[in-house]
Amino acid sequence: MILEAIQYGFIQKALIAGSLIALSCAFLGVFLVLRKFSMIGDGLAHVSFATVALALLLSVPPLIVSIPLVILSSFLILKLNEKANLHGDAAIGLVSSLSVAIGIVIASLAQGFNVDLFSYLFGSILVISDLDVYLSAVLSLVVIGGVVFYYHDLFAITYDENYARVSGMKVEHLNYMIAVMTSITIVLGIRVVGTMLVSSLIVFPAVTALQVSRSFRSAMAIAAATSVFCVIAGVFASFNFNLPTGGTIVIFNAICFAFAFGYKVVLTS
Amino acid sequence: METILKVENLNVSYGRHRVLNDIAFDIKKGDYVGIVGPNGSGKSTLVKTLLGLIPADSGKIHFGNGLELARHKIGYLPQVAITTDSLFPAKVREIVEMGLLVQKKFPKILHKEDKTKVNRILDELSISDLKEEKIGQLSGGQQQRVLLARAMVGEPEILILDEPTSALDPKIRSEFYQMIQSLNQKRQVTILLVSHDIGSIGQYTNKMLYLDQRLVFFGDYKDFCHSNDMTDYFGFETQHKMCWQHGAHDHNHSHVKLKTSTSSVEDVNTDQSLKVVGGEKV
Repeated sequence: MILEAIQYGFIQKALIAGSLIALSCAFLGVFLVLRKFSMIGDGLAHVSFATVALALLLSVPPLIVSIPLVILSSFLILKLNEKANLHGDAAIGLVSSLSVAIGIVIASLAQGFNVDLFSYLFGSILVISDLDVYLSAVLSLVVIGGVVFYYHDLFAITYDENYARVSGMKVEHLNYMIAVMTSITIVLGIRVVGTMLVSSLIVFPAVTALQVSRSFRSAMAIAAATSVFCVIAGVFASFNFNLPTGGTIVIFNAICFAFAFGYKVVLTS
Repeated sequence: METILKVENLNVSYGRHRVLNDIAFDIKKGDYVGIVGPNGSGKSTLVKTLLGLIPADSGKIHFGNGLELARHKIGYLPQVAITTDSLFPAKVREIVEMGLLVQKKFPKILHKEDKTKVNRILDELSISDLKEEKIGQLSGGQQQRVLLARAMVGEPEILILDEPTSALDPKIRSEFYQMIQSLNQKRQVTILLVSHDIGSIGQYTNKMLYLDQRLVFFGDYKDFCHSNDMTDYFGFETQHKMCWQHGAHDHNHSHVKLKTSTSSVEDVNTDQSLKVVGGEKV
């Protein structure tokens, strides 16, 4: 059954792009969840809804419009936190709700692409184009490379931002780097599970890993393995049982979390 | 003795509220300074300004011996509450290694001698057996030792501790102060320790910096205990409470005025007109 599915080009593309995006989401997710900033994934996903609507209105590839605009929105969230003295969640709420409002207005003004927009709401990795696969692969590798290269710095600011600052690290630069990487990952992730569910790719693997891991490295490894496994399992399951791929991937993530949580409870009782 | 930290006319505000007024003092290499004062006196603000975490309105901070250029030679130990998240996935070894890795340029790789340094500081602080334990599952005292190991592994010349024992019970607190004193004596590390626990830290520090939004006293602890100006400022009973554990207070100090103040050690007179530096009224 799996061997049969893997013969298809669209399945191969979905597995390659999906796995790389899953790795990016998992790596970043550990840092975002531990820094209590996991909702930025949800907020930026809402922003990407508006940017996709704009791209469809302009008839240009959504990735090209979405990536710069979502990066700008993530900077806006950081600036609102720094300058307007807003709590992290409040800044995310402001930017994401405004974006959804803009997206709805654009969609209603330019009637005719609602079907396409719907595919971005819930993901459509099985119909991913070659261009999207290449872009996803390159950008995912950039994100994964960034996390690996700055691993120790990201670990330091995640554990104790003040200590990192005192030690002379450029914490603001690193925060902006995380914002850029998160934006890219979110935009890529909407191809896999859609804007409604993309934050789950960030949050689920990380919280699953946190239940069972004892070291930071093991948390990263478990999150990555869980995330890739769920994408692969989700793609095959959705193909075989004719289920929506995005939703199936997220359900696999939820099952993995339930197992990890149960394991932790058994271990500690 | 060489000056390792010089602060001149330092003023710091939060918004429109001035928290530190015209602070000036010199710290010599090897000093062990207790920074004390009532709640809201600006103790933590002072160390955060020294560490560059809060900008100053005006004034100068000079770290001697090229330390300004080598931030990693300044160790920092925050309050223990920072590590209370039991889910945080980090082993003790990873936290202590962080103290070396933040100093390194890319590629950030630990060499054999770095691992030796990590093992040595873990041994020195008696936490070698916790090396592979998860930080969030340790007690407050153990976590604080781990953070001290992280601060010390880079062999800093100045160690700044911001209320490091506020979450610890008295026995663990006393052990911790002794450990810091030992590091100060063995390694000649200059130490600035913020605490609200004036009575206890007087046993271990050799200098005291008393803040109450301005510098009330800076000098030897014994001078503080024998200062008539401080008796005037705090009242005899409060000064006595601050000094008795240190054994520095002269019970026969004939010219101290006996006051009937009921203020506690942490709730002292806040007359801001008096400023005594180096045991001298200025």
